[in-house]
Amino acid sequence: MQVQLVDLVKDFGQTVAVDHVNLTIKDGALTGLLGPSGCGKSTTLYMISGLEQPTSGKILFDGEDVTEVPAEERGIGLVFQNYALYPHMTVQQNIMFPLVNAKVKKEEALARCMEMARLVKVDDLLKRKPSQLSGGQQQRVAIARALVKQPKVLLLDEPLSNLDARLRLEMREEIRRIQKETGVTTIFVTHDQEEAMSITDEIVLMKKGVIQQQCFPQRMYLEPANQFVAGFLGNPPMNFVEVQAEQGMIRLNEAQYPVQEDISGTVLAGIRPESFTLGEELTVLVESVEIRGRDQLITFTLNDTPVHALIDSVHLVKAGAPISLAIKGKRIYLFDKESGRRLNKEFKYE
Amino acid sequence: MKKKNKLPGQLGTLLKYAFLIAGALTMLFPFLWMILTAFKTLDESIRIPPIWFPKEWMAVNFKTVFDTAPFGQYFINTCIIATISTLLAVVVTVLASFAFSVLEFKGKKFWFWLFLSTMMVPTELLIIQNYVTVSHLGWLDTYQGIIIPTLASGFYIYMLREYFMQVPPILYKAAKIDGCSDWRYLWKVMVPMSKNAIATISILHFITTWNSFLWPLMVTNSPDKRVLTTGLMYFNNDASSFVNLQMAGACVVILPMVVFYLIFRKQIINGVARGGIKG
Repeated sequence: MQVQLVDLVKDFGQTVAVDHVNLTIKDGALTGLLGPSGCGKSTTLYMISGLEQPTSGKILFDGEDVTEVPAEERGIGLVFQNYALYPHMTVQQNIMFPLVNAKVKKEEALARCMEMARLVKVDDLLKRKPSQLSGGQQQRVAIARALVKQPKVLLLDEPLSNLDARLRLEMREEIRRIQKETGVTTIFVTHDQEEAMSITDEIVLMKKGVIQQQCFPQRMYLEPANQFVAGFLGNPPMNFVEVQAEQGMIRLNEAQYPVQEDISGTVLAGIRPESFTLGEELTVLVESVEIRGRDQLITFTLNDTPVHALIDSVHLVKAGAPISLAIKGKRIYLFDKESGRRLNKEFKYE
Repeated sequence: MKKKNKLPGQLGTLLKYAFLIAGALTMLFPFLWMILTAFKTLDESIRIPPIWFPKEWMAVNFKTVFDTAPFGQYFINTCIIATISTLLAVVVTVLASFAFSVLEFKGKKFWFWLFLSTMMVPTELLIIQNYVTVSHLGWLDTYQGIIIPTLASGFYIYMLREYFMQVPPILYKAAKIDGCSDWRYLWKVMVPMSKNAIATISILHFITTWNSFLWPLMVTNSPDKRVLTTGLMYFNNDASSFVNLQMAGACVVILPMVVFYLIFRKQIINGVARGGIKG
């Protein structure tokens, strides 16, 4: 089912949590709502669920206005950050609860419960109480409970944030698998860019209640629409260096790089740490080296700004020694210094 | 060094126990006096200076009690009233606590504090107004006349609301998503999760109703509606007071409650202690 948000606004008194959001979420896709804390992503999710009422704007499910429809009648499944399982009920009772509320016949409810339990691999835990389950198992039960009523949309509110790193990796693959198997339109809220990039079909990046960019993950990483998007995606984050653009050129220390001729004046040049490689374009003095395993993070100064670069660990780099670097594909993003808007055109890809 | 530290420690323990024993004896004394007096003759029971033990243990006092007043009927009445009153009070308390903890409505805080403020009104003051209301409704000398005015308690509502507020609000949202109505959420989620508190309230209300004296005495006239505690009035008239029989009657009245307490004492203590901490 397609979900459409039309000019959606939510304010809490003086604070605008969601600011005129227009968004279309494709049928059957796994879409990630990404952004830092307080960006309005969870509020947006709760408005889609019906648990929060928008101040203005519309929510459409397959073109039908559901803005005024109460949560219980929207046909959605929601997985909460802390799972919100009923502690006094067994796993089976938890999964069956939505069906019992909908007065589904006991035999059918039981069959559907078993089907979901098998899908999320908790069919051997049905008689246990939530307190007897691990975080990952609780998460699976919460997903089963959300899916058992065959929702038109599945909403996940930071579902992995309470899990340890290893389990998080496992569960995000599981969520991807379950979503593919069921084909349910899924909206996944997260503040973890790696999580969003790894499993979603499309990312919607938000900041202060406003959508910054909406596209598939790789595109958002390679072609950020503005400085915020560029800085938010990628770990370590993109370096931003102030440069002067004149006659189609910018200067980084002593080196010159060509840029679009229509860009001039003081702008911000964005270079990803992983875009640096050993080469002969610019020579810098290494200030520090941090070994990270496969890569090493080196710090140096470009145009009086500290900059990080990721270099393959096989190269011996020493702090205090000079190093010659190059920028892969001359991939330098240029942003307006004031508004953060992207100035240069998209790069060409092979 | 060790010895020096040990002595004040032992002394402290000694003082603590002495204080606790003194407190326990103070609490036990009236009960002990009641039981001993129940076996005395009338003369022994009113003798000055008082005597502790009867010369002859007058078990016949208990037979006299049952012969004088219809205690069997009173016992049945008290059981009926305490049971119905407890069931209804729990329903009223659960519903009010749910409204004050989970539901959103205009003036929620104001109404809650208004409810709480009823705890500051002395019972004696309420009795007059309640009596007028009950008599206007034609409920004098009826079970509903005894039961209904005692159903809403600010204290129990406050206590259960505190428990309800410990239930994570996210469960309410989850239940809404799961297609659960407020009514179902209350009985399927909130109540099972707060069953200890509800059990405590039930026990306390049952004991209070069982022991209530003034209100049942005021609104009942006929023996077939009176309760155990009012039966004690039979041994007290303008001319004289049969203290020994009164005490024997009191033993009969409290005996079921002592058994009740011994069965549920863990739950009563836990409930009251937890309620106190959270309150």
